[in-house]
Amino acid sequence: MPHSLSTQDVTSPGGLLLVLAVLIPFIGVLAGMILGGRGAQRVAFAILAAGLAIAIAIADALVQSGDTVVYILGDWAPPLGVALRADGLAVIMLLAIAVVIGGIGVYARGDFGTPPGVREARAPLMFWLLLLAVWGSLNLVFVSGDLFTLYVALELLTFAGVPLVSLGGQPETLRSALRYLLYALFGSVLYLLGAVLLYGAYGTLDILLLAARVHPEPVTWAAAALMTVGLLAKTALFPLHLWLPPAHAGAPAAASAVLSGLVIKGSWFLAVRLWLDVFAGVVTLPSAQMLAALGAAAILVGNIVALRQARLKLLIAYSTVAQIGYLFLMFPLAAGLAAAQIDSTAAVNGGMLQAISHATAKAAMFMAAGLIYTTLGHDRIADLRGAARALPMTLLAFALGGASLIGLPPSGGFLAKWLLVSAAITTAQWWWVLVMLVGGLLTSAYVFIVVVRAMAPAPEGWTPRARVPHYQQVAVLALALCSFLLGMAAFCPVDVARIGRAVVPEIGWP
Amino acid sequence: MTLALAVDISLTLLVLAVAGWIIAVRDTFAAVIGFVAYGLLLALIWVRLAAPDVALTEAAIGGGLTGALLIGAAGRLRKTEAATRAEYPGVLIRTLAAILAVTVAAALAVGVLALPDPAPTLAPAAVASLATTGVGNPVTAVLLAFRSMDTLLEAIVVLLALLGVWSLAPDRAWGGYPGPRHHADPDGILAYLARFLPPIGIIVGLYIFWIGADLPGGKFQGATILAAMWLLVIEAGLADTPPISRTWLRVLLVIGPLVFIAIGFAGSITAGAVLAYPEGYAKPLIVAIEIALMPTLVLTLALLVAGTPQRMPPQ
Amino acid sequence: MNASTLFGLCAAALVGVGLYGLIVNPQPLRKILAFNLIGCGVFLLFGAIARRGAAVGMGGDPVPQALLITGIVVAFSATALAVALVLRLFDETGSVTLASDAPAKAQADPPDA
Repeated sequence: MPHSLSTQDVTSPGGLLLVLAVLIPFIGVLAGMILGGRGAQRVAFAILAAGLAIAIAIADALVQSGDTVVYILGDWAPPLGVALRADGLAVIMLLAIAVVIGGIGVYARGDFGTPPGVREARAPLMFWLLLLAVWGSLNLVFVSGDLFTLYVALELLTFAGVPLVSLGGQPETLRSALRYLLYALFGSVLYLLGAVLLYGAYGTLDILLLAARVHPEPVTWAAAALMTVGLLAKTALFPLHLWLPPAHAGAPAAASAVLSGLVIKGSWFLAVRLWLDVFAGVVTLPSAQMLAALGAAAILVGNIVALRQARLKLLIAYSTVAQIGYLFLMFPLAAGLAAAQIDSTAAVNGGMLQAISHATAKAAMFMAAGLIYTTLGHDRIADLRGAARALPMTLLAFALGGASLIGLPPSGGFLAKWLLVSAAITTAQWWWVLVMLVGGLLTSAYVFIVVVRAMAPAPEGWTPRARVPHYQQVAVLALALCSFLLGMAAFCPVDVARIGRAVVPEIGWP
Repeated sequence: MTLALAVDISLTLLVLAVAGWIIAVRDTFAAVIGFVAYGLLLALIWVRLAAPDVALTEAAIGGGLTGALLIGAAGRLRKTEAATRAEYPGVLIRTLAAILAVTVAAALAVGVLALPDPAPTLAPAAVASLATTGVGNPVTAVLLAFRSMDTLLEAIVVLLALLGVWSLAPDRAWGGYPGPRHHADPDGILAYLARFLPPIGIIVGLYIFWIGADLPGGKFQGATILAAMWLLVIEAGLADTPPISRTWLRVLLVIGPLVFIAIGFAGSITAGAVLAYPEGYAKPLIVAIEIALMPTLVLTLALLVAGTPQRMPPQ
Repeated sequence: MNASTLFGLCAAALVGVGLYGLIVNPQPLRKILAFNLIGCGVFLLFGAIARRGAAVGMGGDPVPQALLITGIVVAFSATALAVALVLRLFDETGSVTLASDAPAKAQADPPDA
């Protein structure tokens, strides 16, 4: 059992912070609705700061106590009540998301200010409210200990994410948003079906209690399969990825950053939670191999299609399809390590690092593309001449983000891929190494093409279409630097991901 | 075979037949009408499953509001029927879909038959803790005490969906009136119903809301009936939807969740945990939350049906 | 066979019927209907499970019954959002097709608000 069951399930010091992390962003949504317009933006900025402070405080509480931070809501202990729990994995995500949301918020100030002379405009108001709603929903996904509360969290995330797709208002984005909504609803209903079966079989929806009660039998397998497929549809893992590229490419840059960097990580994290904690003793190595095979297909297909794109935003969107693939390579690797009675933390760390380095890098790259679009008036890759001269800082950010996607040292992507590769070698699953190698080569090809095109000198007498504010460029570069320097996490004195989790599972993967 | 079982079997067959018809029938409008019938049949099944609270919700929301929403949409989309019918997939896709559907249904059926006996249940735990909440209806106790976090989040879900609907407005109509302006014949049947039904509906809705603490019923069911009455008045052209820029509207839309959160946090000081109630005050606080949620739910549910703002804001 | 098993099997069949409709029918409104059929199937399964949990003089387990109310309201919200999207798509383009020769046009749209 990955969770150390010796931990008593009672509210721990700092537990109240978990409630705050979930509810403060939603309080911001409610307050923003009343204040409207510029008031909503001011509320959003106050909450960006408060939320980051809360995430840091939770991390501190976790490291201080060396154990999962727990809050029992209403003092009603599970199974009757609902608990919030933040182990190392949850805290890593809470922190990373807080940083990325902050960066996106600073950038979006330039694109989503309420225009002068208007009390309130549609897109700005919606953007700030939805940004906060996405944040609250994601925090809930990370800390909720109950499968039904997680269902509500998934729906919250859907309802906050879908309007972001069509925020620009163009008719075509309505179609993308509708397609995304149908995929997402299909995903949540399958997830709920699995949760219902588990309640029928084991009489609880609490993750910790379920982990202790589930055993391999048809009902559990059916539930695991339904929930996993549902979450894959929401995460856009190949071949359920078709909704993603048009949805992300048609949205405003800041919204694409939220969707591509953050929203899909919610359903992915839940899949990790289920496979590592709830179904650890139930899922088999071949099923984990199947997940990773889909991931490998995503890496190859996504990267090849990305290479063939003519537009920068679509290229980045297809690159997301590929990077999602890496997120699923960790499953058979963690399983293989655990089966060999070796510490599986390395593979899990690799997956987590991949998630947060992609979140930072991809948010930066989408926003860099947005700045390039504003400056040039288009985002045709063949015609990026002059971009580097007009936006040197932004192009540097794009290149650093790209380096992290490729996996160059010392980026977060490098450390992630290195951990995954070494886990693959340890467990003699060399074929995943091959996939990662080819994926890295393809990624470097398209990052290289974009950078080289943008470095080309501009024609005589060329002037930028519009000037972009300095702070937007700084925000993009800051996020890209986060991703690029994330590899330094290897020197972190505390292995945060391990806290609250037993190192070697007592029940191995069969 | 007992009479009860015969009733259950006929209900099952009827529901399955209607479901098949909803999928198979060519005309979308007809499918939507089928869906309303389906919702009412399901409400009967909920009664048979000893879940009167769910039966009320299903009839009011599943059949009523969803039906109203879909009927309106199907009416407007009639013109597109022929075009989309041309996109109907070929035999191969249909066969694959059928295989997938049968596989999933069969796997679920196996799961249903394999459920453990005796079934695990939280009923004894809920009943044992019922006294401390002061309410008599255990479903209300789950919704507003044991798992009140879910209910709070659900109120926010509904609100987010409304924000999503509003976000689709054309920029020029931002702040304006949701939905089309209805003009009905003042002597017609709709206007007659809109004058005649609401007084009764409001009493029934408030009654269902009020008894929810101790008997089947509650805020969602009551709010749905009130929302339906308001929509009826709007459909009949006797009133208009409020412009979404109005401050009173915004305040009423968020008052429920805000009061809920405030009482929740107060619990951490007075009762030792967020969303806990101090001893002896559980029932009044639960009722206070429900009263605060009532206007929020009525407005949100009705405005979700009314749709996207599409007419100019008042100058 | 008792009522909860019967309705549990009915729920399984409803999920199957809805799944078929969701995949096969190209009209978005019909997909929304199919999604609601699946949703009702899931709810009915939960209801059957609640009924199986009848104990201490109660007709069913109140926890799933309460969650069902939440689920029905959430499903309604999802339906409302989806219908609003379909209607706006129709207003803007005069068609509701989901087929995608679409991305070509999406590329031409400015990515910034």
